[in-house]
Amino acid sequence: MNIGHFFLQHHEEILELTLEHLWLVGISTLLAVVIGIPLGIVSAHWPAWNRPVLGSANVIQTIPSLALFGFLLPVPWIGARADRLAILALTLYALLPVIRNTFTGIRGVDPAVVEAGRGMGMTGGQLLFQVQLPLAISVILAGVRVAVVVSVGLATIAAAIGAGGLGELIFRGLAMVNNQLILAGAVPAAVLALIADFGLGWLERALRPQ
Amino acid sequence: MQTDSTETPIIAFRDVIYKFPDGRELLHGLNLQVHRGETLILLGRSGSGKTTMLKLINRLLTPSSGSVSVNGGAGKTVDVIRLRRSIGYVIQNVGLFPHLTVERNIGLVPRLERWPADKIRARVEELLKLVGLDHAIATRYPHQLSGGQQQRVGVARALAADPAILLMDEPFGALDAITRDELQREFLSLQDRLHKTIVFVTHDLREAIRLGSRIALIEAGKLVTVLSPREFLRSKEPIAAAYIRAFGEGLETSANRGPS
Repeated sequence: MNIGHFFLQHHEEILELTLEHLWLVGISTLLAVVIGIPLGIVSAHWPAWNRPVLGSANVIQTIPSLALFGFLLPVPWIGARADRLAILALTLYALLPVIRNTFTGIRGVDPAVVEAGRGMGMTGGQLLFQVQLPLAISVILAGVRVAVVVSVGLATIAAAIGAGGLGELIFRGLAMVNNQLILAGAVPAAVLALIADFGLGWLERALRPQ
Repeated sequence: MQTDSTETPIIAFRDVIYKFPDGRELLHGLNLQVHRGETLILLGRSGSGKTTMLKLINRLLTPSSGSVSVNGGAGKTVDVIRLRRSIGYVIQNVGLFPHLTVERNIGLVPRLERWPADKIRARVEELLKLVGLDHAIATRYPHQLSGGQQQRVGVARALAADPAILLMDEPFGALDAITRDELQREFLSLQDRLHKTIVFVTHDLREAIRLGSRIALIEAGKLVTVLSPREFLRSKEPIAAAYIRAFGEGLETSANRGPS
């Protein structure tokens, strides 16, 4: 049985697991953006926050993913369901690139432009939303892009704790020593990562200030 | 209002000391008054504290001791945002917002002040004409403009909400000689019509002589002297004399004779 045939035969399951995979990655990226961008802004504006915030995000990044899933298991409510656990872990991993790029993006705005804005009487909020964030947006998006691509790969491991996603096919294939099954999980995951990379890369270029 | 406003200075520095956060002192007890409608030039070398003085006026910096009052207001009671919006600010590297069109750059303060859209559009048109720019430029982005055009937009932006005071930090410093000459000429004709109170920072004596009604000579954080351009040229003050030597002959003919 060739691989194309195998895909056809299992297309329903592959599709379902792909959607599950997307859901894990989508929700965790969304959370990472909602948490990470404000943290990046805070650390760009108040240098005292810079080290603890970026430091903790860095430390989280060094924890092996399987171990992190294990650590979070006893946490109440979170540990009760595998998908919650997976989403939390993926969010934590996605935080670093989002925070770091927000920080770098805002710090990278031409000081003359910021000064002009302040000198013209913009409030801190106006400066942030009308000048700093629009000028940093492509750098921030680059961080989100890294986060998404990494998450797509990492989310396959979430199957190890029963959170579903394309990792399920991979783990099943490993257990059954079935290469076609492994590929049925790995190929869609790779395609997802490529699509996300391409799409966000395009968005990033479209939003880059001239 | 007009009668007493001509006597009381619109901007006053009183015993102003400014220290950097690291404790180094940049301005050592400065006293200076700017009168309504004049162009006061702050002339000095790089690092003498000229730019710092401008930033003390619009409160980008606050004095370590002493006070800087604008329109009589000083200290913590002043609404800094209000103050800044009532002062036009033009800086050397222009500081145009790269992500906004010329139109949006110029209309920034009016928009912050929530003017109605059609009023802003009319004002932008008026300002483009005032600084000698074609209105076709309104929809372009700053990077699509020449240096001279950018600086004109910078001036138009500073004038947008019709501020009584204009602060200009070496606005023409980065331009080529011909464009600079052109803009200086336009500056004089603008000032003839608008009668703003202008504080203008430069290290170019020629520019100071040409544009200023008075020249405040700043050296190492101290005010050396305040003179009219003609007095400056005859001054025996050693630092003033050093400037005249450095800039050579032919200054006399370019002196600003005022709006007579």
